[in-house]
Order: sequence, then C-alpha cells, then structure tokens
Amino acid sequence: MPIEVILPKVDMDMAAGTISRWLVKDGDRVKKGATIFEIETDKSTMEVEAPGDGTIGQISAKEGAVVPVGVAVAFIFGEGEDASAIRLPSAVPAKAAEAPRLLVASAEIAPISSGDSSKPRATPLARRIARSHGLDLTAIAGSGPRGRISANDVQLQLKAPAAKSVQANIDYDLVPIDGMRRTIAERLTLSKTTVPHFYLSAACDMEKLLKLRAEINAVENLLKLSVNDFIVKALALALRQIPEANASWSDEGIRRHRAVDVSVAVAVEGGLYTPVVRAAESKTLGQIGAEVKDLAARAKDRRLQPSDFAGGTTTLSNLGMYGIESFAAIINPPQATILAVGAATRRPVVVGEEIRIGTRMDCTLSCDHRVVDGALGAQLLSAFRDLIEAPLRLLV
Amino acid sequence: MNAPITRELTYSQAIQEALAQAMDADPTVFLMGEDIGVYGGAFQVTGDLVHRYGEDRVMDTPIAELGAAGVAVGAALAGCKPVFEFQFSDFSALALEQIVNQAAKIRFMLGGKVSVPLVMRFPAGSGTGAAAQHSQSLEAWLAHVPGLKVVQPSTPYDIKGMLLAAIDDPDPVMVFEHKLLYKMKGDVPAEPYRVPIGKAIVRRAGSSISIVATSIMVHRALEAAEILAGEGIDAEVIDLRTLRPIDRETIIESVKKTGRLACVYEGVKTLGIGAEISAIVTESEAFDYLDAPILRLGGAEAPIPYNPVLEKAAVPQTDLIVTRVRELLSGRI
Repeated sequence: MPIEVILPKVDMDMAAGTISRWLVKDGDRVKKGATIFEIETDKSTMEVEAPGDGTIGQISAKEGAVVPVGVAVAFIFGEGEDASAIRLPSAVPAKAAEAPRLLVASAEIAPISSGDSSKPRATPLARRIARSHGLDLTAIAGSGPRGRISANDVQLQLKAPAAKSVQANIDYDLVPIDGMRRTIAERLTLSKTTVPHFYLSAACDMEKLLKLRAEINAVENLLKLSVNDFIVKALALALRQIPEANASWSDEGIRRHRAVDVSVAVAVEGGLYTPVVRAAESKTLGQIGAEVKDLAARAKDRRLQPSDFAGGTTTLSNLGMYGIESFAAIINPPQATILAVGAATRRPVVVGEEIRIGTRMDCTLSCDHRVVDGALGAQLLSAFRDLIEAPLRLLV
Repeated sequence: MNAPITRELTYSQAIQEALAQAMDADPTVFLMGEDIGVYGGAFQVTGDLVHRYGEDRVMDTPIAELGAAGVAVGAALAGCKPVFEFQFSDFSALALEQIVNQAAKIRFMLGGKVSVPLVMRFPAGSGTGAAAQHSQSLEAWLAHVPGLKVVQPSTPYDIKGMLLAAIDDPDPVMVFEHKLLYKMKGDVPAEPYRVPIGKAIVRRAGSSISIVATSIMVHRALEAAEILAGEGIDAEVIDLRTLRPIDRETIIESVKKTGRLACVYEGVKTLGIGAEISAIVTESEAFDYLDAPILRLGGAEAPIPYNPVLEKAAVPQTDLIVTRVRELLSGRI
C-alpha cells in the first residue's frame, strides 16, 4: 500500500498549514526520516519528514497552498506500486474559500487552482448550471470546503463580466495575508481593544553601562555583549524585585509567575517574533547574550520551534538601532508589561546647577492596569533604571 | 349528514380507538400480546379493551415471543386478522423467525394463494431511561425484508389512520410507535379513516433544504426548522411515515426543489434508513440538483446508554439538527 504523506499537526490549535517549500518532486526516491517539505503555521516554519521509504508521487498541494491538518499532500510508493493503488480526493487549498471576494477585486490573485485542476470539485447542481451555460468549471473559484464549487459560485461567475470592469480602476496591489500577519493582527487588536494600557516613561543614564560594556567587550575570547543583553537582564532583575508586576490577568485570578521569562521582539522579513529567554533573572549576561543571538538567528530563518516563543511574562522591544528615541509598545497578551526602549543618545543634561552632555536612553513601560497599577508600574520602571544606572549589579 | 367530529386524543388513545373500531367492524380482528389484557399493556395502550371485547379477542400471551408470533402467523393464515403487540420492540429479536422467514415469505412461496394479514406493533425508541435492551430503533432491520410493510406514524392522526390501513392490508404490516409519542396530543376524527401506507407527507414546505425525518424526529426537525427560519433558512420537512414501500417520488421532488438533503432518524446511523434515502436521491434525476453533500443525522454507533445525559446525546436532538443544517447551508460541510 502506498504511504500517505499528510500535513501534520505541529501546534495545539493548528487547523491548517501553508506548504512553504517542497524539497522533493514527483519521482524522487526518499528514505524514511528525510525532510520532504516545509510548512508554515501561524507561528513558525517546520520541516516534515518522510514517513517511509519509497518513491514520492501524487504531490497534490503546491507551494503556497493552505492545507487542512491531516490531509494527504503526497504519497510514497513502494516497488511496483502506482497511483492506481490509491483512491483519495486530492488536497485542494483551503484558501480557495476566500476566492469569490478576491475574484471580484483582483482575478489574478485569486487562488483558484486546485491540486488537480483538470477535475474541479463541484456540486452536481453547479456542474449542471455550468454545463447549460457552457462555462468551464476550472475557471471558477469554489467557496465551499476544499474549494468545492456550489451553484452560487457559478451564478457569481455568470455575473462576473460586470465585476471585471471594476477591476480596471483598482490602483493598489492586494498582498495576501499570511499566517504570521494574521496572528499579529488578531493578537494586537485583542490587546489594544481589551487590555487597558497606560504608559510610564523614564530616561536612564547610560554612562556607566556603556563603559562597563566596553570593558567587558575588550576582553578577548569572550562573547561580545550588546546593550540589549544588559537590558534583558535588568528588566528580569527588576521584575524579580517587584514580583507583583511579574503577573498576568486571567478570569480565574491574577497569575503571579515564579520565573521571569523575557520575550524579546525580533523583527523578521514580513513580521516579527517574540522568542523567550526563560528565567532570565538567573542567567548571566553571557548566557543571555548567547541565547538571544541564537534565538534571533533562528527567528530570521523562521526556524523557531513553537516552544521557543510560547509563554513569556514580559516583553522587551528595542528600536534603538533605528535611531528611535522613544516610543510606546502594545502589550503582548496575556503579559502585563512591555518595555519599549529607544536609542542611547548624547544630549544635554542638568547636573547640579550645570548643563552637561550626558548619554541617556528613554524607556517607556506599557502596563495592563488590571494587573499593574500606576505606583507598581512606577516602582518597576524605577527599579529597572536603578539597575541600568548601577550596572555592576547586573554582574553579580 | 352530521359534520365529522374531531377531538383531541393522545397517540395511545388514538391507537386504542383504532383497535376498537377495527374489532367492531370485523369479528376476525383480535389482539395478542404480553400483559395487554387486565394490565392494559406495558404502555397502557390497550387499556380496558379486555373488559369491552373479552379475553378471546384481547389475548394475553406467555412471555414467549417466538411461540406467540407463530400463533399470530397461523391465525392470520387461517383467516383471522391478529394485531400483535410487542412489549418493547427490542423483544422482536426473539420472534424474527416467524416475522422474517414465515410471515414475509409465505405469500410468495405459495404462489399468492394465501396471504398473512398480520399487524405487529412495536413500542420503540429511546428517551425513557430504559437502557440498551429496551430503547432500540430496529425498524430498518425489518424494512430490509421484502414481504413486510413497515410504517412509523408520527402523529395521533396518522397512527389511527395507518393502523386501520394496516389491519385492512392483506400482508404483514409492522407498525413502529415511538414510546415518547404515546402521550403526544393531536386532533383525531372520531370516525374510522385510513392514512395510506407508502405515502410520505410534507409537514412544512420550504426552499433551502429537504429534511426527511421519521417518527419523533419529524417533530424535532419541525422545531429545528422554526429556529432556522429565524436565520433565513427555509427548511422543508418531510415525514417519511413508511419505510417500506418507501415514497421515492416525494423525496425526489423535494430535493429537486431545494438542492439539499438531510436525513434525520433515531436508528443507528450506519446502514440505516438515511443511507437508503441518500441513495434514492443520488440514483434519481434529483442527483443533478444537489448543491451540497447529503447530511445524515442518526443514532450513535453504540447501545443506548442508561445515563440520561448520554442517552439524549446518543440520538439526534433539535439543537444538533439546527447546528448541522446551519453548517451545511453556510458551506462548512
């Protein structure tokens, strides 16, 4: 019997995945365990291994196709086996469900192709209407499950010429929404519309920290530390000092977390990830530096595992490298705080009765008021600033 | 002529009235069953008939279904018209030899020279907390046998008319009565009348989907249709009434109109009446009118549980019909 290659469920709440890349093609020999394709979920890219030895065939989902979990996307044939040994419907992109809307707006984007476009899925009534109007079903986008064409879809197509004239006036390009963009949109909309945010800002004196960093980085054979590594550690220690703020809201009660897990926002092509440095308060700067470097590199390659970005009790977002002086961030739910960090800049500061040139870094802490009140947030930000301004405490 | 009198009767009163009128009209009609005499029947359907017609015509049998059914078949062959009551339809398993191998076959095997004018009544279905051996819906078993007619009347009006039609019928007719329907009330004419065997009826006309239901599921389908109507889904509800001979025409005409089909029945889903209804549609010209997969809602693939929550969950309820039809109409199935 040919072995089915199915789209696996790699994440608890995963219903479908996008095939981002095939590493094999029809006719290739594969060994059990070899990577044969990659899938993109809402959160990450995963490699899928061959479930057995044989010759790959009947690849039915193209790259970019959204496939429901559990659907066969290819088969592995043993010696002397061919497609006649299987009788299963080919996988068709679930994305086609959005097609009618897209069809009107921009026909060239509508993902209407099915795995086997010579045999579109259509209801008997849809076929009958198409037949009586001489319509080609392969040119119609199905709105049903797995792209099934219903009578209504055919009726829409019959009215389509009118819609096409509208298309000429469109002066924008429609960019399809991928899993990551949708997750960002959903989570941040949820946060900004349901979490009562307030914001606290403070400027940290960076003179000592930058000096300390230069000294450490001058030591040979040591991993070079970034300013961000110090900030991760300072934020974690500050939350250790103010444990009431290391918490998150839930309907059952406020969860006060025992460890400080710092999510670090990492920008990638087309979006961002927030991998987590766990128990950052108990790690050395060197450990944090190495960990962030590894997580950021894997994030950019979209190679993070779901466990790399699950959880987190606070988030650090640093836009200093873009020359941003200050900004306010949206909380990453269900966390209660997020620290937005700008660039350390040289600026005039008042020292006693004099104006001198100092180096300051603006930080803005966003708090979920359900969990963190103003005074508590202020204590946290103040503890953070004290640690940044007395950085030797980050080493011991 | 006097205007016809119609009263509100329960389903079980309607049965009793039909039995009495049949016995009044024809001296060869008599009743058999366990505890149908002085006790009045397990579900009090025969009530006091024994006092009105005597023990020769309202006959208590021993707890021996196979032997008693054999007596009934023999009496029918000898020119009587027995109406046999099973205490629970489940116990018909004991009498299958007489039903399947004798009653259903004799007319064919004797070249049509004799027939078996036997009526059997089967209190069926779940919902009474009577557990796995007293709650089944086995009508599809018997509907699989040529030579038998199988009906499932769903209202007091229909049970009276179909029972009288069954007693008139020269061949064995199996009448399945859902136990939860016995207390249901409805208008019933006082005079004898017949509801034809083999004719389904459209209980609610609609355009969005054809829901073909049997027995108590007709009422759940009608409730569901009212809820769905509030959402703009206009369901047609067909009461199948007879499983054999099945009314193909009503089903096919309805599906040609609506383009969608749901079958709702209490018997176990797999290999049940829903499969037959689906096949009738796909084999007919209605196939070309289908605009969605066919939906079957039937009983769970399990014995009926005793636990009341599980018992309810084991057979289609109104909510389930609403949910599944809604899913079908919104293109999620």
